[in-house]
Amino acid sequence: MLTQDKTTQLAPETARQTMSGAEMTLRALLAEGVDTVFGYPGGAIIPIYDALYDFERQLNHVLVRHEQGGIHAAQGYARASGKVGVVFATSGPGATNLVTGLADAQIDSTPLVCITGQVFAHLLGTDAFQETDIINITTPVTKWNFQVTEASQLPEALAKAFYLARSGRPGPVLIDITKNAQLQQFDFPEYQPCNHIRSYRPAPIVRPEYVEAAATLINQAKRPFVLWGQGVTLGQAEEEFRAFIEKSGIPAAWTILGAGVLPTSHPLNVGMLGMHGNYGPNVLTNECDVLIAIGMRFDDRVTGRLDKYAKQAQVIHLDIDPTEIDKNVATTVPVWGDCKETLPMLTALIEAKTHPEWRRRFEQYRAEEVAAVIQDELFPTSDELTMGEVIQQLNELTRGEAIVVTDVGQHQMVACRYARFNHARSNITSGGLGTMGFALPAAIGAKFGRPDRPVVAIIGDGGIQMTIQELGTIMQTGVEVKIIILNNQFLGMVRQWQELFHERRYSFVNIASPDYVTVASGYSIAGRRVAERHELQSSLREMLQHPGSFLLEVMVTRENNIFPMVPQGCSVSEIRLR
Amino acid sequence: MSEHPIDRQEYNITAYTENQIGLLNRIAIIFSRRKLNVESLNTSPSEIEGIHRFNIVIHETEDVVRKIAKQIEKQVEVLKVYYNTNQEVIWQEMALYKVPTDVIAEKASVERLLREHGARVVVIRKDYTVFETTGHREETDMLIKVLQPYGLIEFVRSARIAIIKHSDGFNRKLREFERTEPGSEVVENEFLNNRDEVFSM
Ligand SMILES: Cc1ncc(C[n+]2csc(CCOP(=O)(O)OP(=O)(O)O)c2C)c(N)n1
Repeated sequence: MLTQDKTTQLAPETARQTMSGAEMTLRALLAEGVDTVFGYPGGAIIPIYDALYDFERQLNHVLVRHEQGGIHAAQGYARASGKVGVVFATSGPGATNLVTGLADAQIDSTPLVCITGQVFAHLLGTDAFQETDIINITTPVTKWNFQVTEASQLPEALAKAFYLARSGRPGPVLIDITKNAQLQQFDFPEYQPCNHIRSYRPAPIVRPEYVEAAATLINQAKRPFVLWGQGVTLGQAEEEFRAFIEKSGIPAAWTILGAGVLPTSHPLNVGMLGMHGNYGPNVLTNECDVLIAIGMRFDDRVTGRLDKYAKQAQVIHLDIDPTEIDKNVATTVPVWGDCKETLPMLTALIEAKTHPEWRRRFEQYRAEEVAAVIQDELFPTSDELTMGEVIQQLNELTRGEAIVVTDVGQHQMVACRYARFNHARSNITSGGLGTMGFALPAAIGAKFGRPDRPVVAIIGDGGIQMTIQELGTIMQTGVEVKIIILNNQFLGMVRQWQELFHERRYSFVNIASPDYVTVASGYSIAGRRVAERHELQSSLREMLQHPGSFLLEVMVTRENNIFPMVPQGCSVSEIRLR
Repeated sequence: MSEHPIDRQEYNITAYTENQIGLLNRIAIIFSRRKLNVESLNTSPSEIEGIHRFNIVIHETEDVVRKIAKQIEKQVEVLKVYYNTNQEVIWQEMALYKVPTDVIAEKASVERLLREHGARVVVIRKDYTVFETTGHREETDMLIKVLQPYGLIEFVRSARIAIIKHSDGFNRKLREFERTEPGSEVVENEFLNNRDEVFSM
């Protein structure tokens, strides 16, 4: 997947005593185990790109078409692989184009290290050409950021950046490096990774008293219910989680970022939480007696109206981030710690149970939901194609083994609801920020992060047009991404709200599309368009079997709504089936 | 702002931090993004070399203050955050008052008033005199009222500084932090000891 033709392939193997800040930066990345960087060059970061010229064999650089594409690709890479995603951008406009991705990574706890070039240190604060105060701009959307103005500060800053990005609750970090610091030659001893910062405590000491109290509550519970989120995956505690669930026999539901931790087919997996989640988990949140939240943060899309949320329940909250505990929902027992550590402690103390009657309640609701919504969505009898049946057919072909990357809108909710997942790190989506334009670049990044797995991007006709230029990145790198555009000729999710809550006043949600197959072919990407049911399966198969990227545009019903739905301002038990 | 304004009162947030550029901004953002007004903010070196101490005063409910304190403590360069009511701290603010010297000289009663308010003269010039007083808000405010009729020219008050009555300060804790560096973490579980009542079922 190397992208440049070069006659010289210099790759200095031996560490030199004196080197430039730029070269040191690349050596630090290699020392941190980075294999892929996404980026876009510019004047203020030329020295780093210049050094990169000599490192092509060790460091794969992916030239994106827009910095937003670069950072979303790095997010996709990080989310799929569990490693830190790295982005390069130049100063000024290059750096500000990262802001959306930083906010997205911050709210979804994605480990990123962004390296931006900056004007010469002596020009800082003078409104120099392409100077922006990126440190202050990005302060609210980074876990940490730092401006380097001298090469000698670089080793420590980069080591801290990687440590902070990946430890504790992961997040994005930005290092802004002035041009003089990149150019400066300095004496560089050996690279020292960072594993301790005095003022930073990535994980607390777990207090057994709290785990014991939690176990007591669980053992006494008649109707316990587990909600899990991405924290389980971030803590690499999938196995520990499964052991806990299977011993406790507690039904468990997931937030969209938690999808896949328990396979879709697992008998204790009772479905998705939240605004467009499943019927049973939402209603029964308000009937359980003990609610056990694991690595999730009670986002308002999950809880609906807070003053009517699980008021009857005693709440146990396992989280590594103390600011999440009691933030939205008051807890009875906080279990503050890394769930990799707390879950086995808890599993050891609980009694093995099966809760058959309580679990039957979920099945009853499930049956109701199938009859009212799911049957028609997945196996429609109408003429037009539904988004749900596309996902259903895709499931048949991929059997839950694909990484599914979604954009934002109705198709996202359909994909999260109906895609089958056998593994964690298989559902990559912009959960907290809801960033349209996320999916195409994130899918590119996901494939670089997990070349061994098929990657399917599912995108709306609105979202694809936000970062469609990244088709150029696919073309140039040859990365294999399967793209499904679910075209309902509307900004569907907004249209749904306008239909339900604004008397069908469809204000500016009618969006025209180019001929996507032709656009794809302009980028030398194969494609096909389907509008007929009898062609759906064969076209999906063609897409999956095609060697290389493929764009499949599926024309779906124009005015389909996603149900169930917890309307904004309602409680989870007021979820509507239609 | 708050649903129960009756529960709102002044809280003194004490934060021990690394001395790092940009940290003030990070902390300020925590307040501004929640639309919280900071009544007073003071930052100064602490008794420990390299460690800074923020004193922040905010008029809010305890629930809000607790969340804010946790968010501040979550910042990478912040070592520890405490919050206390006014009753739990010893606090002082300093004020300066500029008054025309001729008025003071003519009216002996001013001198008596100053004595009654524990004020001190900082500067005496031909044209004006500057007094200083230290105390709680009502005390420093009172002197404004008293001096107003005598031609008070200018007044300024400092941010609040506060010392927590029942604490060993941060000295010992920091030394503990450093002794265990970089090994196991010394983190207080703030949830400990205040949950005993709620564990029943
Ligand atoms: C960057 C950005 N701008 C606007 C929105 C608001 N928004 C949320 S969903 C949506 C409609 C998405 O339409 P489309 O991509 O066609 O997907 P569909 O809902 O039709 O599946 C919009 C405009 C957003 N989430 N992100």
